[in-house]
Amino acid sequence: MRPAAARTQLTFVRTQLKNNTADRLESRSALPWPIQLAVPVASLITFGIHLLFSKKWPPLETRSYVLLFWEILGVSIVLSIAQSFWAGLRQWMRHMWPIFTAAILLLGLWDVITSGFHLLPLPYFPGPATVLRSLISDRALLLDSTWHSLVLLLSGYTLGVIVGLVSGVCIGWSTSVRYWGMPLLKVVGPIPATAWIPLAMVVSPSAIVSAAGLIALAVWFPVTMLTASGVSNTRASYLDVARTLGAGRAYLIFRIAIPAAVPNIFIGLFMGLGASFLTLVVAESVGVKSGLGWYVSWAQGWAEYGKVYAALIIMAAFFSTVMTLLFKLRDRVLVWQKGMIKW
Amino acid sequence: MVMTNVAAGSALRVDEVRKSFAVPDAPGTRRLVLDGISFSMAAGELVSLVGPSGCGKSTLLRLIAGLDLPDAGDLLVGEEEILGPSAERGLVFQDPNLFPWLTVRRNIEAGLVARGVLHEKRHEVDEFTRLVGLGAFGSAYPHHLSGGMSQRVALARALINHPKVLLLDEPLGALDAFTRMRMQDEVLRLWENRRTTMLLVTHDIDEAIYMSDRILVMTRAPGRIDRTIDIKLLRPRDRTSDSFLRLRSQILEHLHFAGKAADV
Repeated sequence: MRPAAARTQLTFVRTQLKNNTADRLESRSALPWPIQLAVPVASLITFGIHLLFSKKWPPLETRSYVLLFWEILGVSIVLSIAQSFWAGLRQWMRHMWPIFTAAILLLGLWDVITSGFHLLPLPYFPGPATVLRSLISDRALLLDSTWHSLVLLLSGYTLGVIVGLVSGVCIGWSTSVRYWGMPLLKVVGPIPATAWIPLAMVVSPSAIVSAAGLIALAVWFPVTMLTASGVSNTRASYLDVARTLGAGRAYLIFRIAIPAAVPNIFIGLFMGLGASFLTLVVAESVGVKSGLGWYVSWAQGWAEYGKVYAALIIMAAFFSTVMTLLFKLRDRVLVWQKGMIKW
Repeated sequence: MVMTNVAAGSALRVDEVRKSFAVPDAPGTRRLVLDGISFSMAAGELVSLVGPSGCGKSTLLRLIAGLDLPDAGDLLVGEEEILGPSAERGLVFQDPNLFPWLTVRRNIEAGLVARGVLHEKRHEVDEFTRLVGLGAFGSAYPHHLSGGMSQRVALARALINHPKVLLLDEPLGALDAFTRMRMQDEVLRLWENRRTTMLLVTHDIDEAIYMSDRILVMTRAPGRIDRTIDIKLLRPRDRTSDSFLRLRSQILEHLHFAGKAADV
């Protein structure tokens, strides 16, 4: 290798080494005692609160809630021991333990407010033990509802993304498509998908199909908008360079404009995902007879608020998992932007 | 003083080219940027184009690349008229313009992919990656590279198409002085190695004298070729030799920069 190149490579390797060393130094030092003890102590406090108040109100069946605390306590003690041999786990605990502690203490606070002092009216605000019991006793139906929601969400979202990408690329690339398409997009796009529900109910033969269509519509708008802006804002010099390399139109669109638009497209995908959650829940609670949205309004109809909160917890876990998966996908696709993205 | 060596068989011929642009602030008026440019280049020649900024050097390069069309005049590569961009005229900008979503290797092979010949010519990707001294960086992304390294990738990406003419638009202008001198040798090595016809736009007189066979000096806008200076010094050239410095002051004088400081 030429000396110049060798030198630049050395700098390159050295920066990488430096970054790794900083990580390793932090993971090598022992985990401070306050962090180690935070989770067990917090769960003991919350458990104590529970014991104190559950005595005040005997009919409350709280075996599963008690069990949950024994489990948290047991796992946190085992992890505290394991982390002294396992640096990766230590790193993770250092990062996650404060959050877990806060979450457990929040459960205790919830217990104090609801079953403790009855500050909030029943049956609308049950305590954590009731919600956990609902979660466990109704798990089969909840699982089934989650599955139905997942299928509906994915079919609607996928359809919306595919149509959105195609229309976005066409609008972004071709000036004549932009001339005719943009006004339509600007007028129809901002209407919330849920506003179409009355029409969708009439037009479509099945509630599921119309719900999937509405979700697709909700996703289509942001994906189209951001894909179009990403494609039309492709740096002119990239296109110029590609032309002098012998690129034809297909290469310019698929290998230059679309890759250059990917950071923008992902913003559209995230916005679309948020809109799809909203549309999913609304569509399920008014027309579709399955899914988590339906479950919430059904449980509310029976005044079983424990089940309402149980479904909300499942929704939170479900939606944030889907969101996390999209983040992971973005990190993988946009690896070339590493160090540039801050969201 | 315009040297119109309009001999058939020249690698590149520019004949009475004029180009004007619409003035955005004043509708209906056009500003003349190039006013009858004529020159030609022999195959394997390395020619520099120098001149005050705004004289239309980059416009001329874009016309030769086929990215813009002239108002009047002819541009020919060999016997063929230039009607649009083509892989036979490579272009390297001051900004390397690497595709940031592709690794070094994939950037270099972009031309082969664009022309649909990657399959037959895959072996050349390694060859060109090594040629510019980046053999170890094939899988790095552009954001990891320094300015000099990026420009090497841009050179390899343009050279892999074996262009008849390589157009260089201030390719080393953004580099620091040391990297620039090193890269000048690098470009010369590539040129001597492949004997690609190169047209180099630069604002650096030393660079022009150090590298080229011939220097075309352009006038202030509207740009015309004012003068052609043959550089007969043997390579490798010594930037501090008397003949080098004499050429330098001759060109500076021509551009009305010599002795300016003394006047003030």
